Amino acid sequence: MSPLTRDIALLALAVALLLLGLTALGDRMRARRAVPDPTVEVFMARVDSWWAMAILFTLAMLAGRWAVILLFATASFAALREFYTYSSRSRADHLTLALAFYVLLPAQFLLVFFDLQRTFTVFIPVYVFLLLPFVTVLRGSTERFLARVSETQWGLMIAVFCLSHIPALMWLELPGAEGRGLLLIAFLVLVVQTGDLADFYLGRRLGRRRIVPGLSSKTWQGALWGMAAAGALGLALFWITPFGPLAAAAMAAGASATGQAGSLVLRAIKRDRGLRDWSHLIPGQGGFLDQLDSVIFAAPAFFHLTRLWWFTT
Amino acid sequence: MLGIAPGPSHDATMTWTTPFRRLAARVTGQALVLFARAITAVHADWRGVGPAPRQRVYFANHVSNADMPMIWSVLPHALRQRTRPVAAADYWLTSGLRRFAGADVFRAVLIDRRPEARTEDPMAAILAALDQGDSLILFPEGLRNQGPEPLKPFKAGLFNIARARPEVELVPTWIANLNAVMPKGEVIPLPLMCSVIFGDPVTLRQDEDRGTFLTRAAEALLALRPEDTA
Repeated sequence: MSPLTRDIALLALAVALLLLGLTALGDRMRARRAVPDPTVEVFMARVDSWWAMAILFTLAMLAGRWAVILLFATASFAALREFYTYSSRSRADHLTLALAFYVLLPAQFLLVFFDLQRTFTVFIPVYVFLLLPFVTVLRGSTERFLARVSETQWGLMIAVFCLSHIPALMWLELPGAEGRGLLLIAFLVLVVQTGDLADFYLGRRLGRRRIVPGLSSKTWQGALWGMAAAGALGLALFWITPFGPLAAAAMAAGASATGQAGSLVLRAIKRDRGLRDWSHLIPGQGGFLDQLDSVIFAAPAFFHLTRLWWFTT
Repeated sequence: MLGIAPGPSHDATMTWTTPFRRLAARVTGQALVLFARAITAVHADWRGVGPAPRQRVYFANHVSNADMPMIWSVLPHALRQRTRPVAAADYWLTSGLRRFAGADVFRAVLIDRRPEARTEDPMAAILAALDQGDSLILFPEGLRNQGPEPLKPFKAGLFNIARARPEVELVPTWIANLNAVMPKGEVIPLPLMCSVIFGDPVTLRQDEDRGTFLTRAAEALLALRPEDTA
């Protein structure tokens, strides 16, 4: 067994034990209540979805880089579909959106797959941003043009560009550490999700001052608890990263902070569109954007901070 | 999964099918369901009725040729086996491929929209299908609606069914967002999310005349329309 396979197996085992614990906890909460409690049922649906995600992700890591790319490209497709279903568009945007789904999205993930880092970090924010409105304007419709073009671009930024930085982490590995970048993806997803959970369950009990009253019940105290929990997990998982223990904790806390900020931003977009969830595709979580919101926002910052850390150490 | 036999052939246009043709029809049907789910993540919202094995006429808004496959896809497998769309013979019999899709895959009740070309009374074909115990999918607007208004006036068929077969549930069925997936004149479907919303059944009241009933049915259908359809 190679050290990489061993570490993937160890990590999968740890996550499976954790999920087993959560499943048992949910079962106990369920048994203690006479009537089904919606909070407990949502919690259990979430745990089931986490099982599915953990299994899929582990299998993809074992299968290799192409499987991880394919997994996240699929998630990106679903997320973009959720975003564009509710974005401002008109019939004149048909070709533009078709290009986004069928050409730009696969192109971005292919660029990531072939590790063309210089290209994939500018492809959507620069070239697509400048050229895609041209395709839109060719149809001649100028009604709400700026809103349509901006929202189309924002969809690509969030659901494709930012999301593609999650699998892009696979290329951040030191010489001689083949494949260790895959573990960095697991690291990011795990610490950000843990931060969100800590914020959700601890913030509700201990939180006082809301960050954005009227939009979300998220509190400053909850956010700090989230960062602390992410940092603690980052410290515990430092052995799968290229960082030292303290740097791993700091990176994890930072990723959790950017992630929590991102989930607030996406919440504002949802509120604007009058949505509770983006879709029904993931039981207990809503849509792909609901599930991935914080990881999506955390990924580019984490990616570039890791590279920066590289250069400075 | 594909094990339920479609039953004996009921339709005059579908006289005899080889086992191979039937297998091909089932495989195509499943492929269509998968395709619709993969592209539009189509979601059934059973708001007024549940997916129960009752005899029903699902009457729906009609903006695109994909409307009927969409409703067909969200029905649970067992219901789908017993549900047949009412469709235009002058469209579905024009080529071999359409004939295969219309008669074999969807087992459509084919009626001719051109009164001058008709050999059979459309109502007779519809009632015959209902008497076989099947449910129907019906587009009471007739032709596809390509205008700006959300619904066109209903044709009389729905009223005639309500009068002739009062025991059959008439379920308003709104197909949301499909028009954005493939507007008229576009060739590439956009993968946007669609939903099919089933409302409370509409029943014919005592002494209700045709116009009042059809208006009420249309209102029941329109009431299901989500507000955010931009």
